[in-house]
Parts: sequence; structure tokens; C-alpha cells
Amino acid sequence: MEKDIDRTGIRLGMWLFLYSEIILFGGLFLLYAVYFHEYPKNFAEGGKALDRIIGSVNTVILLLSSFTVAASITAIRRRSKKLAIFLITFSILCGCLFLVNKYVEWGTKIHHDIFPNSATLQNGPPGTNIFFGLYYVITGLHGLHVIVGMTLLAVSLVFVINGRVNEDRFSMLENSGLYWHLVDMIWIFVFPLFYLVL
Amino acid sequence: MTKQQSFYETPSPPGLRGIWAWLLTRDHKRLALMYLWAILLWFSLAMVLGLLMRIELMWPGRTIMGPETYNAMFTLHGVIMIFLVVIPAIPAVFGNFFLPIQIGADDVFFPRLNLLSWYLYMLGGVFAIISLFSGKGFPDTGWTFYVPFSVSTNTNVSLTVSAAFILGMSSMLTGLNFITTVHRMRAKGMGWMQIPLFTWSLYATAWVQLLATPVIGITLILVILERLLSIGLFEPDKGGDPLLYQHLFWLYSHPAVYIMILPGMGVVSEIIPIFSRKSIFGYKAIVYSSLAIAIAGSLVWAHHMFTSGISDVSIFVFSLLTYLVAIPSAVKVFSWISTMYKGSIQMTPPLFLALAFIYLFSVGGLTGLLLGAAGTNVYVHDTQFVVSHFHFTMFGGTGFAFFAALHFWWPKMFGVMYNMKRAYIASILITIGFIFHFIPMMILGLMGMPRRYFDYLPQYATGNFLAGFGAFIIVAGVALMFTNLLLSFRVRQEAPADPWGGTTLEWTIPSPPPLHNFIATPEVKDFPYDFRQVSDHYNTMNPKEQE
Repeated sequence: MEKDIDRTGIRLGMWLFLYSEIILFGGLFLLYAVYFHEYPKNFAEGGKALDRIIGSVNTVILLLSSFTVAASITAIRRRSKKLAIFLITFSILCGCLFLVNKYVEWGTKIHHDIFPNSATLQNGPPGTNIFFGLYYVITGLHGLHVIVGMTLLAVSLVFVINGRVNEDRFSMLENSGLYWHLVDMIWIFVFPLFYLVL
Repeated sequence: MTKQQSFYETPSPPGLRGIWAWLLTRDHKRLALMYLWAILLWFSLAMVLGLLMRIELMWPGRTIMGPETYNAMFTLHGVIMIFLVVIPAIPAVFGNFFLPIQIGADDVFFPRLNLLSWYLYMLGGVFAIISLFSGKGFPDTGWTFYVPFSVSTNTNVSLTVSAAFILGMSSMLTGLNFITTVHRMRAKGMGWMQIPLFTWSLYATAWVQLLATPVIGITLILVILERLLSIGLFEPDKGGDPLLYQHLFWLYSHPAVYIMILPGMGVVSEIIPIFSRKSIFGYKAIVYSSLAIAIAGSLVWAHHMFTSGISDVSIFVFSLLTYLVAIPSAVKVFSWISTMYKGSIQMTPPLFLALAFIYLFSVGGLTGLLLGAAGTNVYVHDTQFVVSHFHFTMFGGTGFAFFAALHFWWPKMFGVMYNMKRAYIASILITIGFIFHFIPMMILGLMGMPRRYFDYLPQYATGNFLAGFGAFIIVAGVALMFTNLLLSFRVRQEAPADPWGGTTLEWTIPSPPPLHNFIATPEVKDFPYDFRQVSDHYNTMNPKEQE
């Protein structure tokens, strides 16, 4: 039975899913709020210890990639397949770059003996332990979402190349794009909470 | 309608054969049946575990198991019953089967996602089984996985928690699917106030599933991370706060009890009008009370923590909010009773079970008020009284609604009718056994017997013996009920398209339904419970004479 594709319905489903993702992070932000209230001083010290330059660079990278993903959807709708392929590939590379930066950032911290259950954190003030614990959990979960988003974009890329995503059927690319924007948007909250406001 | 056209004979997608026609199906009806068999299996297993615990408690001292085994038993019983049976029972089986049909659609909106939900459900079950037989055995934490014990115990908590996480995902995706289906796939002419009440209850449930499940997701992830990395987010030594775990856990798990009960209320709202031959009383009141329960139920989680050390202000506020939930629940009960008032009541097994539901659920609800009040809560907290209370709501409520739904829709799902007499006997046995089992438990709780203990003081012996006796009657009743239902396949007494004289869309199509549910475009009535058009045939005869 052939049916018209209900794009509004597909988008509705995707938005509901994104909403559940926000609540998933919401639980962690709740912990952040409570512990920030409890240990404002340790949180401020911890925040100063993080590398703002890498954080800012990563923010720019994600914002840029969000733009290219959005542009790729417009490109597909205007039938310029090559441009779309370029834009999606660029976004995926941005994701890789983000992860490399994260790796460097985490690596430096771990090198300084700051990681869950490390001796420095164990013997230091409890608030600092909680701050870095949350830092690793939240950025780690976010990093996981970056990887999922890149996978979705990669699948969309293959579909664009073999023509299954085209100017009439682009829900897959559109939804991967929405997911990528979500990853971006969560970072927009994570970045100031850990790097800026403290 | 020939038999060949039923969905049993036409696989979807076409071309699949044998077992693959089931394992790769996108047909919501086949998926519903696959859930049904899995859930019946889990239910039987967890029921046997419950019986074993009751046998242990029938006599003081060690009877058949030691304390460690007992701890693992009640954890396993809780985890299976909550995550694998009660939460998915009605939405995944009857919701999947009847939600699309009731709104005149040919499937759910995302059929492949529906299949994925089933696989996640099965994967979660497999994880639960593996955690039984690997590592240091099944967790002994209780189904709540409270820190710090869940982080420090040696048992297989990580695996079981992963199972719960996966099952949560499955339930959430089902909810997502239902919301989208109800929004986008209603038949022409079906406005929001023409939706049958069962579908309405599933819609309200689906929102709770979607909004609350991610919270348990992150909580369970944190338990696993704590076990692997010992970050210390819930450990006082390292600056963490164990109370926050309880908050996060109940933020989901209290709304989850409404995920469990709302669909059951939906089933009862379908059954009562049909067998009273009378339009449902207060259709809109029932719809809005479903939504009110979904909303208010999400704001009461901390009433599980009155003795955990939260502030007096929180206790006061949460106690008040808890009382508010009683209002929409009572609106429903009064609507059902008013529907039956002056109706021409026709007794059938589904109606009997629905009536048992109303009675048992009311007891559960009223004892809930006792627990919601901060003063009495302190007195009965963590006693057998609490266990009895939630069994009245979860088993007496959702369990009985599930049984009622089984008997109500069995002829539609399989096209065969079961033996009425045996169904009555089984239902009566379960009801009597239930009361024998849980009323003594309630009294034991008031006398001060704590929950989750494998042994007790001599003064509790009589009550525990009676409860064990009741457990045997329940198990006998359930065994008879399932046997009776299964025997209907052997006897094969064909069921007509509309055995009860129903008014909603599922009774306008053949039993069992064809692949795309409707042969002709469904005709939506202005009001789903208009019995004026149901022929007098149903109004005067009992179903036995109809055949």
C-alpha cells in the first residue's frame, strides 16, 4: 500500500525524541545546579582550571558545523548534490576535530592526575572532586552524542551519494541535522556552565 | 471474510515466511502478540518467585531459602514485574494491537521503530537472565537500586541496571510512536473528543513515558559509572549526596506507577460501558482526569522519601500534591460507577475482572492516602503495609486490568472464544486468593512487620501463613486462567466479529483483523460510546446464546 510520506509526522517523532535527549541531560544539569549551590567556591576554582581557549574553539567548530549541516539540507532541496556532499563531509570533519580537541583537553587533565577516583581528587576538597566528576560525566556523555551524531551524518552522506536521499525524500538528512543541532545546543549550555560563568 | 485474509495469513512486509514473518514483521498486531507471549512468560516466572518467597515466609525461621537468596528473590521479582511485565503489559500488548485500530489507522506511525522497541525489550530480558547466571549472581538491592549499597555490593548490579536502561528505552520509543500515531493517523472525522478512552489513556501514558523515562536513563547510567569509575557523585565521603540519587530515581519511578495504572484505567473505561449497555458517564471528565493524573503524578515523587531526611517544607508540599492525585483517580471511579447505574448489566468475565479492579484499586488508592500523609507514613514506612498497598494498585489494579483486557479482546485477537465458566472460576479464585494474600500483609504491616525480611518474630506467624495460603490460591487461579485461554486454540470455538456488542472501531472489523485492519474506510461516529445503534440482539441475550 503506497502512502504519501507524512514529513510533518516524521519531524514530530524526531522532535519528541530530541526532547527526551534534553531530559537525559536535564538530570545531569540538575545535579550540577544542586552541587554548584553546595560548593560554589570549589566550582569556581575548578572552572578556572579548564582551558577556555580549547573550549571556545570547540564552540566555534560546532556552531560552524551546525551551519554547514543546515546548508546541506538546502543544497539537497536545490538539487546540488555535490555541494551537499561537501557540506556534510565538512560537518563530519568538524565533529572529528571537536573530538580531537576533547581528547587533548582530557589528556592534559588526566596527565595532571585529575580524573575520577584519582589521588589528587580523592585527597582534595570534596567540591572539586564533584566538579571534575560532573565535568567528565557531562562532557563524556556529550562526546558520545557527538559520535552518534557523526554516525548519523555519515549514514546520511552514504544515502545522499547513492541517491536514496534526494530533493523529494530528505527526512533522513533532515533528522540527522536536527540531531546534530541538538548536540550543538547542549554544548551551548555545557560550555558556559563549565568554562565561562564560574 | 475468509480466514485467508486475516493478518495471520498475510505477512508484512510480504514475502517473509515461517518464523521470519514474525521476527522481521512490521505489523503492529504481530508485534503485540510477540509481546504478549514474552510478557506471559515473564509474568509466570516472577509469580513463581513470589510464591517461593511466600513459602519461605509461611513458617518462622528458615523454610526453603536463606537471607541472601531471599534478597536476590525479591529483587528479581521486582525487576521482572516492574520493568518486564507491568510497565509494558497493557501498552505494548493491547496498545500496540488496538490503538491503531481504535483510531482507524492501518498501523502505528513508525512500524520499524516498533519492531526495534520489541528487540530492545527482548534484549533487556536477555540481559536480566545473563545477570542471573554470571558474575556474583543477581543483585540483592531491591528493584530501586538505592545507593550506596548498589554501588558497593559485589553482585551483578551493572548488568541488571543496563537491562533496566534498555527496557526503559524500549518503553520510551513505544510512547513516542503512540504520540505520533495519535497525532498524525486518526481517521477522517475523528477529532480529539471522538477518540476512544483506551486510546486516550495510552496517549496520556505515552507522554509520561517520554518525559520521565530519560531521567531513569541518566540515573541508571550514573549507577553504572559509579560502579566502574567511583566518581563519587552520590558518596558523602567524596562530596556527593545519596539523597540526590533517590530524587532522580523517584522522579521517574513515581510517574512510572502512572505509566502502569493509566492504561489499566483505559481498559476498564472500555469494558464498563459495553457490559452496562450504556454510554460512558463523563467521557470528558475521564479524558481530563487521565491528563490530570499524568501531570499531577509527575510532581509527587518525594513522597517516597519522607523518612530519608528531606526538609519539613518538602514533606508538607509533597504530601499535599500526593493528595491531589486522589481527585482525578476518584473522578474515574465515580464515572465508572455512574455508568453502571441504571444500565442493563450483563455479567461476563471481562466485566467481573473490571469490577474486581475497581474494588481492589480503590483499596489500593485509599491506603495510598494513608501513606501520603506525612504522619502515618512515618509509622508504616518500609513495612509490609507498603508492599500490600502497591500490590493492591499494581496487581489488583494493573494486573486485573490486564486479565480483563485479555478476556475482553481475546476473541478479537485470535478469533476464538474461551470457556466462560472456567474463566469465571479462575477470576474468582484469583480475587479470593488476592484478598487472602494481601489483607493479612496489610495487618502485619500495621503491627510493625518490616518489608524485605526473610524471617520474623513469632507474633507475625498467623498473618504470614494466611498470606502464603492466599498466594497458592492466586497461582492456582492464574494457572487455570492461562490454561483456559490456551485451550481455546484447541477447542476452536469461532468468535464473531463483535461478540460483546461494542461501539468502538475494533468491533466493526473481522476477528482476527485483516492485515490493514480495515477493508472499507472506517466510519467514525460523533461519539464513540453510542449504544443506540447496537442491535437489540446484544441487549437481550447473553453471549453464550449468541453462538
